[in-house]
Amino acid sequence: MTLAASQGTAVDGPTPKLVVGRQPRNRRRWKLIGLAWVAPALGVYGLFVLYPLTQTVRYSFYNWDGFGVATPAGFSNYRSIFSNPELFDSLVHAFVLIVFFTVLPVGLGLVAAAFMHDLVAGAFSTTARVVLFVPQILPLVGAGIAWTWMYSSDGLVNQVLRRIDLGSLARPWLGDFNTALPAVGVIGTWVALGFCTILLLSGTSKIDPALYEAARIDGAGRLREFFVITLPGLRREVVVCVTVTVIAALASFDVIYVSTSGGPGYQTMVPGVEIYRLTFLDQKVGQASALGVFLALLVLLVILPIQRLGHES
Amino acid sequence: MLLLFMLFTALPLLSMLSTALAPDGSVPHGLSWPRHPHWHNFVAAWNTANMLSLLRSSTLIVLGVVPASVVLATMAGYGLAKLSVPAGKYVYALFLLGLTLPIEALITPLYYQSKELGLFGTRWAIILPLIGLYMSFGVFWMRTHFLATPPELDEAAQLDGASTSQAFRQIQLPLAAPAWSSLTILFFLWTWNQFLLALVLVSNPNQRTMAGGLGVFQGQYGTDVVLLCAASLLIMTPSLVVFVIFQRHFVKALLQGAIK
Repeated sequence: MTLAASQGTAVDGPTPKLVVGRQPRNRRRWKLIGLAWVAPALGVYGLFVLYPLTQTVRYSFYNWDGFGVATPAGFSNYRSIFSNPELFDSLVHAFVLIVFFTVLPVGLGLVAAAFMHDLVAGAFSTTARVVLFVPQILPLVGAGIAWTWMYSSDGLVNQVLRRIDLGSLARPWLGDFNTALPAVGVIGTWVALGFCTILLLSGTSKIDPALYEAARIDGAGRLREFFVITLPGLRREVVVCVTVTVIAALASFDVIYVSTSGGPGYQTMVPGVEIYRLTFLDQKVGQASALGVFLALLVLLVILPIQRLGHES
Repeated sequence: MLLLFMLFTALPLLSMLSTALAPDGSVPHGLSWPRHPHWHNFVAAWNTANMLSLLRSSTLIVLGVVPASVVLATMAGYGLAKLSVPAGKYVYALFLLGLTLPIEALITPLYYQSKELGLFGTRWAIILPLIGLYMSFGVFWMRTHFLATPPELDEAAQLDGASTSQAFRQIQLPLAAPAWSSLTILFFLWTWNQFLLALVLVSNPNQRTMAGGLGVFQGQYGTDVVLLCAASLLIMTPSLVVFVIFQRHFVKALLQGAIK
């Protein structure tokens, strides 16, 4: 699905590509026809993605407040990412979120896959599929609002705690310095869990049941069965889940903006929200752009090894 | 086990529902079904949130983004898969670049660009960049599909003397229906739920997407929990309804999109 994947595999297939349609005598005109099909997409993409990207890179080397004069800044904006605790912490938080957005949903999904690799299709599984997929359908803003209410002093979380006599643990989860980030993380878990579970479960249907039978005959226990058959069989699905959720964690904006706006203090600040803040509230366009470029590179840096791991078969 | 996950998934939404039905202005406790459900809260929320104009705005944006994106991506995918494009491999690589690009990296220049182009504050400020942003995935998706079609079809078309567009329109396009219909679903979903672009590039809440409107609503009425929950549920309902109707297609589209 990424650049690495397309370069590494024989994407065009074993046979030479057959070019469709009448071949005009003029070879140059022939090539241009192909280009004509691609040009509109390339045009919009170039204008609204590639060009702004070059602008971001350009802005990152200046100190600019957005309307006044811009002064050259060299690499100082990039250095600040590491020296400024606020900026650096936002990156740390993004990685912490990976635990909640990726590790938990994929882990729990794998547990479900381990126990249910013989799930029978039927009314229950359709209902399960519908319910579990809902968090993926709703806007992330909605998820943020729903959970903000759950976490509030009168919300469901505290209500349940009081019911089971753990009322001393009740607190404003999103306002507490220690629990804010994990609390936000759980929102991400909620959004991703259904998706990962369904994806992994649907992947188990491709695993040959004969393998499980052979394992049973050999006397393998559930654990061994899982590590030797289920997990390798789900490799592609796991890579997909991990890729999608890691990108969601690193580039997160909607959920955090709606639930905590990065607070309390800077406890839940993430790069996405920080970029927004720097540009639109702090008027530090250069710094925002540097963080943006860095984030883009960071995502690539994390995703490429994961993809490589997945395609090593 | 699945039941547990389903419960976990449903709880926040149920909590919102029970709160939305509570007497307005009150602060209910977590999940407590009110003795007299105040269904009229939804009416109040509908009016306060200007739901009708939000719906209209979102629909307009979707109509602007989705058909154009699907058409452009399909054409480009076809071109890259079946036709001879100069430096085709590099063009494709260029499109793939955008796949992992976080939108926050682009939001700052998009803001200034929309002002320069005179689009700031209009729906076009959301529509045009979205089309551009969707090209990465769209071209990848459609090209992958077209590459997988059997070459015999193209040979037959060539023997019959069909031109490129004829071969495309009469043979490949109908064959590609599952691919571009999944793409349509995905693009619809992503557009409807788009938040950041709407937040930054359009200041009039009535010109934004539903998700954009919801975010603003929370900012304005955050303390009135009952109203907020009612409005949120209302705003999320269209997506839910569309999903339940087309759920098999949605799930298939999302799963396939992820794997590829």
